[in-house]
Amino acid sequence: MAYRFPSDEWIKALCKTLNESEAYAEAAKNWEGDFYFIIEPDSEFKETVYLYMDLWHGKCREAFEVSDPSIKDPEFRIWAPYGTWKKVILGQLDPIQGLVTRQLKLKGDMIKIMRNVKAANELVKCCAKVETEFAA
Amino acid sequence: MWFFRSPHIVYGDEALFHLSQLQGRKALIVTDENILRLGFVQKVEKYLKDAGFETHIFSEVEPEPSLETVLKGKALAENLNPDWIIGLGGGSCLDAAKAIWLLYENPALDPRAINPFEELKLREKARMVAIPTTSGTGAEVTWAVVLTDKAEQRKLSLGAPVNTPDIAIIDPDLVMELPPGLTASTGMDALCHAVEGFTSIWHNDFSDGLCLQAIKLIFEFLPRAYEKGKEDREARTKMHYAATLAGLGFINSMAALAHALGHSLGAVFHVHHGRAVGLFLPYTIEYCANAGGTRYGEILQFLGIPFKDEKEASSILVNKIRELARTIKEPLSLAEAGIAKEEFERALGKLVENANMDACINTGTRIPSEKETEMLFLYAYEGKSIDF
Repeated sequence: MAYRFPSDEWIKALCKTLNESEAYAEAAKNWEGDFYFIIEPDSEFKETVYLYMDLWHGKCREAFEVSDPSIKDPEFRIWAPYGTWKKVILGQLDPIQGLVTRQLKLKGDMIKIMRNVKAANELVKCCAKVETEFAA
Repeated sequence: MWFFRSPHIVYGDEALFHLSQLQGRKALIVTDENILRLGFVQKVEKYLKDAGFETHIFSEVEPEPSLETVLKGKALAENLNPDWIIGLGGGSCLDAAKAIWLLYENPALDPRAINPFEELKLREKARMVAIPTTSGTGAEVTWAVVLTDKAEQRKLSLGAPVNTPDIAIIDPDLVMELPPGLTASTGMDALCHAVEGFTSIWHNDFSDGLCLQAIKLIFEFLPRAYEKGKEDREARTKMHYAATLAGLGFINSMAALAHALGHSLGAVFHVHHGRAVGLFLPYTIEYCANAGGTRYGEILQFLGIPFKDEKEASSILVNKIRELARTIKEPLSLAEAGIAKEEFERALGKLVENANMDACINTGTRIPSEKETEMLFLYAYEGKSIDF
């Protein structure tokens, strides 16, 4: 079954995929921190969507779409226009290169990020495993 | 989208003279006690004074510079308010200088948080010249900064693209007296940069040529530079250039697994960085080649060495690297590097943990699991070819 990106069902599917991934569990075993994945509008997609994900020691504890971003204050925020997210999910853009070139932007504790680049890599690999149908 | 970054590179005989053309008022020279003793600092100071500079020296950089050292250097920079930072020395001095420069301009930044993902300020207070006195790290042209967290017994692979030095001065006179051991270790570092830069998942058309030329020069001139030292000026000079080419190549495509393993080993057993990464290189080539999708054959093609297929190409390259290591008396295994078996076994968990946290582990064509990382260390200890 394909999940529409971005949506509540998609982020929940990613959560499930992460929880089934041994590679992610191992790479992120020391990770503690929640995220907002923020999908910004562009020429293809006209809304701003906030997807929340709570990641804890190699597992995803919860994930859902947020209509009011003020209800959570996650430790990390990563944002990019819709088209950039699409490229990441399709494996057309390496997420770390995307961050270095500022096509994706990241805010949060950078000490933690620099210790967990492998976990971030595995997380993105799991994104590609979610069968995805794009909103635009 | 990607970018290619490089300092303005001044190279060749008398390249140091370029310092007398700099415009500014005050320079902080970041170096170590050994470089001070060798008289290189005085040479640099002379040119800077000719240009009207007031000069100050921070010579407390230790091998594998610590977080504490760069914070000390930053405090000195804040007191002195220089408009140029001059990094002079091997990779440790140049990395420390880059970190001090960045922290001086971003006082609230924790050095452990130096990262390529955020915009960091630079060049509002000072600019930087990097002058290598070894031929290996390529740190003079890169934005990579490796610092040691002594509390965690871990090397931190840090870096921010903005941290690329403004000017790199590649003066062969500064490496003529390099001892054979250091020539060998730093040369292996350069080779590792070039091979990993050419084969990383971020390799690109802009960096490929630099890496290939560096590999060619290193195979040809490292044995000569090692054996004949300053008597073979051509070899010394070519190795100095090769190291810079390799640095420029890998920083624009990234180092990979051998660096992740080498950083880990260096932090725990204090093995010289170049020796550590060079030692792991044949093993990581074998490991990556076993999964396919590599481009070692292209390296052989450039070197004019025939091969049947990619698998054979990787095997020929591994043998060629091991042969080079033997010629320049570099160890081929961790046991040969003098690490006692019991100490190695005791530290194995830490070695694996460090390597898995290293950013370089992500840019190779094959990313090992924890178990595979452990096996890579075990095989490298015994000197066994990788069969998984």
